[in-house]
Amino acid sequence: MSEAGIQIGIARARSGATGGSGTVPRIDEAAVRLALAEVMDPELPMVSIVEMGMVGEVAVGPTIRVDLLPTFVGCPALELIGAAVVARLAAFGRPVEVRATFVVPWTSERITPDGLAALAAAGIAPPTSLEDTRCPHCASALVVRDSLFGPTQCRSLFYCRSCRQPFEALKIV
Amino acid sequence: MSAAQAVSLSTADLPVIALGHLLGAMADDEFVIGSSDSEWTGIAPLLEEDVAMSSLAQDEIGHAAALYGLLGGLTGRDPDVIAYDREPDEYRHSRLLDHGRGDWAMTIARRYLYETSDAVRLDALVGGTWAPLADLCGKLVREERYHQMHVTAWFTRLAHGHDEPRERLLKALATLSPDAGSVFTPLPGEPALVEAGILAAPMTELEARWRSMIAPTFAALDLPMPPPTARPAMGRQDHGADFAWLWGEFNQVRRSDPEAVW
Repeated sequence: MSEAGIQIGIARARSGATGGSGTVPRIDEAAVRLALAEVMDPELPMVSIVEMGMVGEVAVGPTIRVDLLPTFVGCPALELIGAAVVARLAAFGRPVEVRATFVVPWTSERITPDGLAALAAAGIAPPTSLEDTRCPHCASALVVRDSLFGPTQCRSLFYCRSCRQPFEALKIV
Repeated sequence: MSAAQAVSLSTADLPVIALGHLLGAMADDEFVIGSSDSEWTGIAPLLEEDVAMSSLAQDEIGHAAALYGLLGGLTGRDPDVIAYDREPDEYRHSRLLDHGRGDWAMTIARRYLYETSDAVRLDALVGGTWAPLADLCGKLVREERYHQMHVTAWFTRLAHGHDEPRERLLKALATLSPDAGSVFTPLPGEPALVEAGILAAPMTELEARWRSMIAPTFAALDLPMPPPTARPAMGRQDHGADFAWLWGEFNQVRRSDPEAVW
């Protein structure tokens, strides 16, 4: 365990080895990351934790170790995500250790282009400056920010004066 | 399972006792202001502010959980025990946060003084030599930026408001002013933290930085600058009746069932 690594919340989530004689998939970092691309963000279920940029270092050894970068320090979904990671990786048949770290801080720039597209399709605008924010429904620039704070820690509230629809945008963090 | 978990840490070559005082003061500050903020859930003056105060409270209590986690790692104690199982006079948050929720102007005035103080404190920690705290503070700074945007907009709006809004803000500032700088109360063992490079400068110097940071805003809004802290040695003690009430609220569940899991 790195001394510099901060672990909070989901520290030491572990699964036992599943054992058994079933077919165990090939294990390397790429295979683990591919599997993690199927773990969705519980608060934004249209994007995976990989698309959100929440997956940091992945180390495959006798134990599979996954570093998660929390989007927010007090993210209440972190335990759920940790448990989902452990459940998804159980098929590899090795112990899984998930830890949250701030050594590399999560920033909204880590969201992948695919992730941004999936968010926009769901009516959530990407993290851009107020001037650059466009309505995800009609692409109008005639938008106002109603509130810096929205339904989850990572979102703000906007209103489109063109199509008269409220929408959310990711905070720039 | 609790949100806060102890962090495994090496304590070699660390000024552990002084570091514990720093982490405890910061964690208690965030925990107490987050608990006060959460009192607005359901009763804020606007729906957007109800959401905002609830989100702010969630942020601050999340920050407290991370800081209690570091403190737990340092001292070998359960972070939830540190957060909940102390008597009111054992908490070390700043007296600025002891004034009760009050009205909206009081909440904005308290948040403004706290958020600006916290920004100066975080700035003195992000480059620090103890990586677990420096890394965490690097992340906190990004979140607190939104808190500052929010409270500065409200502080300015109330100060520019004629009659009642401005009068209420002035009254709130007058009530808070003896404790306005109490976030910068010198910590026991503080020189060791500065010497080890964990904290960039002593609290007295950070308070001077804070005062020069907020002075232009106070001048532009024609508000009286807070005077020097009335009882500087007691800035994190002698919390009073309002905090005793808040303490009874935030640990109510814990006291009714210490083994509860949620």
